[in-house]
Amino acid sequence: MNSAALQPAQSAHEPSKDVHAEMRGVTRVYGGDGKTGGVQALAATDLRLRRGEFYSVIGPSGCGKSTLLDVLAGLSRPTTGEVLFEGKSIDGRVPEGTGVVFQEDASFPWLTVADNIAFGLRRAGIDAAEIQRRLDYALKLMGLADFAKSYPSQLSGGMRQRVCIARTLVMQPRIILLDEPFGALDAQTRLIMGDELLKVWRETGATVVLITHALDEAAMLSDRIGIMSARPGKIIEEIKTQWPRDRDSRIAANPAFGEITARLWSVLRDESLKAIHQGNKSSAGLA
Amino acid sequence: MSRVGWIRLLVVGGFILAIELLCRTGMISPRVLIAPSDMAIRLYRLLLSGQANADIIETLGNVAISLVLSVSGGFAIGAAIHALPRLRRAIDPFLASYYALPFFAFYPLFIVMFGLGRGAVVAIGFLFGVVAMIIATLNGFDRIPRVLVRTAEVYHMGPVAAALRIKLPSAVPYLFTGVKLAIAYCFIGVIAAEFIMASSGLGYAIAYAFNNFDNGKMYALMFFIIVLVTIVNALFYTYERRLMRRWGR
Amino acid sequence: MKRSLDTILLIAAGLIIWQLLHMAVPYALTSPAGTAVKAWNMLNSATFWPHAAETGKAFLYALLLAIAGGLAIGLGLGLNRTSAEVAEPILVSVYSLPKVTLYPLILLIFGLGVPAKIAFGTLHGIIPIAIFAMNAVRNLAPVHLKTVKVLRLSRTQTLLTVFIPGALPEIVSGLRIGFSLTLLGVLIGEMFASQRGLGYLIMNAIGLHDVPTIMAVIAMLGIAAVLASAFMLWLDHRLHHRAA
Ligand SMILES: Nc1ncnc2c1ncn2[C@@H]1O[C@H](COP(=O)(O)OP(=O)(O)O)[C@@H](O)[C@H]1O
Ligand SMILES: [Mg+2]
Repeated sequence: MNSAALQPAQSAHEPSKDVHAEMRGVTRVYGGDGKTGGVQALAATDLRLRRGEFYSVIGPSGCGKSTLLDVLAGLSRPTTGEVLFEGKSIDGRVPEGTGVVFQEDASFPWLTVADNIAFGLRRAGIDAAEIQRRLDYALKLMGLADFAKSYPSQLSGGMRQRVCIARTLVMQPRIILLDEPFGALDAQTRLIMGDELLKVWRETGATVVLITHALDEAAMLSDRIGIMSARPGKIIEEIKTQWPRDRDSRIAANPAFGEITARLWSVLRDESLKAIHQGNKSSAGLA
Repeated sequence: MSRVGWIRLLVVGGFILAIELLCRTGMISPRVLIAPSDMAIRLYRLLLSGQANADIIETLGNVAISLVLSVSGGFAIGAAIHALPRLRRAIDPFLASYYALPFFAFYPLFIVMFGLGRGAVVAIGFLFGVVAMIIATLNGFDRIPRVLVRTAEVYHMGPVAAALRIKLPSAVPYLFTGVKLAIAYCFIGVIAAEFIMASSGLGYAIAYAFNNFDNGKMYALMFFIIVLVTIVNALFYTYERRLMRRWGR
Repeated sequence: MKRSLDTILLIAAGLIIWQLLHMAVPYALTSPAGTAVKAWNMLNSATFWPHAAETGKAFLYALLLAIAGGLAIGLGLGLNRTSAEVAEPILVSVYSLPKVTLYPLILLIFGLGVPAKIAFGTLHGIIPIAIFAMNAVRNLAPVHLKTVKVLRLSRTQTLLTVFIPGALPEIVSGLRIGFSLTLLGVLIGEMFASQRGLGYLIMNAIGLHDVPTIMAVIAMLGIAAVLASAFMLWLDHRLHHRAA
């Protein structure tokens, strides 16, 4: 099998100091008139992603993780601050070379699995032979080869999510953003999908940003993990894992896995408690 | 008022103003259409003179009766059809093509059945309104989340309690759509029946004015119906919005 | 098959009720058999077909205009959130107007004849098609719109490859209603402002108290409408099922 099929157009790097994407003092307020009112989803957030690294973002639910991803992808504009991708500022448009996998099922119900995966390639005017080559590779990689002619409604949730991942991968993005992509899957499938993602990451050399709320997922997959505060969210701590590049979910047996998980939880527990009690602000507490 | 509300007012206002200008400058001949302001003035005089009162009351009464019958009957029939899936599947194509039939043609039959009074007109209003309500009830009952139905089972609710306390409230947005359509269709059916066949009511008055080349009265009455239907719609729309917002739909 | 059996049972039940009603008021309602005989005779008479052709032609033009206009209005308004919010209550109000009352206006503009019928049919059908098309576009999954942005599609690509296929099931539902109402509009138009067409036949028969003719024409229209509707329902189910 041709493992170069999904390599990004630019040659892959080892994780390097080279900054690939960056958020500088980014805030995001929903609604309101810009000055007062509205919901502040992101507090001033700084984030530097190195080219080729696997970075996870973890945080309590509703803290602004999806907002961070939308802004980083160029799907929504920051209220203040700046987002850079490959040295250039992005404003309100998704830059070329960015791939996004959403939490919800984003497969098109009116297209077969193969047509879904090839959708972006066809629109980009890539020649048929090349499309077929990438399509075959992606179908095999995601274990969908036998379902190429099925419609999404005939597939399980996990398979549909794999269709969406494949649709993103065939575009050969240099940065892949994933918003809780395995949220709807059962625990075992999640582990397997995590391993698949690691494989893709190794083979393509792309920079990966994974949004998750699962401690173990962040701990076993990432080079670095950013922990977000309760809303308005920002990254309050970053943890390095020092895993070898060649790894999979069996790394959970490593003693360091327990340590990392414990450190994540000690920070996250406080933030999760804050997030839960945000719903009680008006009452004087439960004492 | 919201920004959207202002824009809407501007659009409608602009449209009326454009017609007004076209009429006043003679680009549209008064034999075709009279200016909206003229319609309003003539309507005002007509209402003051009391000439049209009997017809207005007659029509409103017909619409009200056929509306109550269509909404309650449509809900009951819809709920019954929903409980019988085989009947449901068989009846679907008939329901969908129902509105292509010109039931006015059954007017003579209704006169035989209900006499010369308002019965025949109400029957046509009902025939128009009831199927919209049946379809909406079926839609609503189709979309009740299964988990709510099972919740009812967990609480050991009987079929009637489950229907009233779980199914009815959770189908309410669709029932609202049904009532909205039933209002529209009852107006359409009643006024059309009056227009084509009856010898009293607003529809009849318009047809009479038309046949006697009395454009002024005709347009005054048309204006009245448009304003009336719009107000009824707007009231219902606002009420629905408020309720749905409270329920977070 | 069970499904066709159910349909047959339903039709049988309808015929029995019809027969009972006929026995209750024999002069106001022809029996099913009597109606069938009358319809057969009409189908075999030379005078019937020009009327049917007239109605068919007016209906076809009206339907094409209603579909083209309704889709243009609905898709155009639906693409922009503000315009959709502004337009929705206006369209619903226009939809619920008793359009019969506008008939004098149509006659004054178009005069007696085919154009007036077409205009009246279009007037009835265009609004529901527009409303459904508009809501179909508004209800597209937000995640699909995001996907379009990530793939950096042009406006035309977006319209052709995501908006239209995504909205198609709802658009077909709108067409079903638009179809019925357009036919109703054409028939009403013919009923009191025409010397030709099936609507005229009905109106003429009402004047002559010729109940069998009324029943036969309505029965034939009903069968045609049900067949067309069953076809569109089948299409609808296919599209919705695929999307489910
Ligand atoms: N489009 C929006 N309009 C208004 N508020 C929003 C919108 N999207 C998200 N929010 C709010 O912003 C906060 C962060 O949302 P999100 O980024 O989706 O959180 P997470 O993905 O971490 O669960 C939440 O309080 C949410 O209610
Ligand atoms: Mg989220």
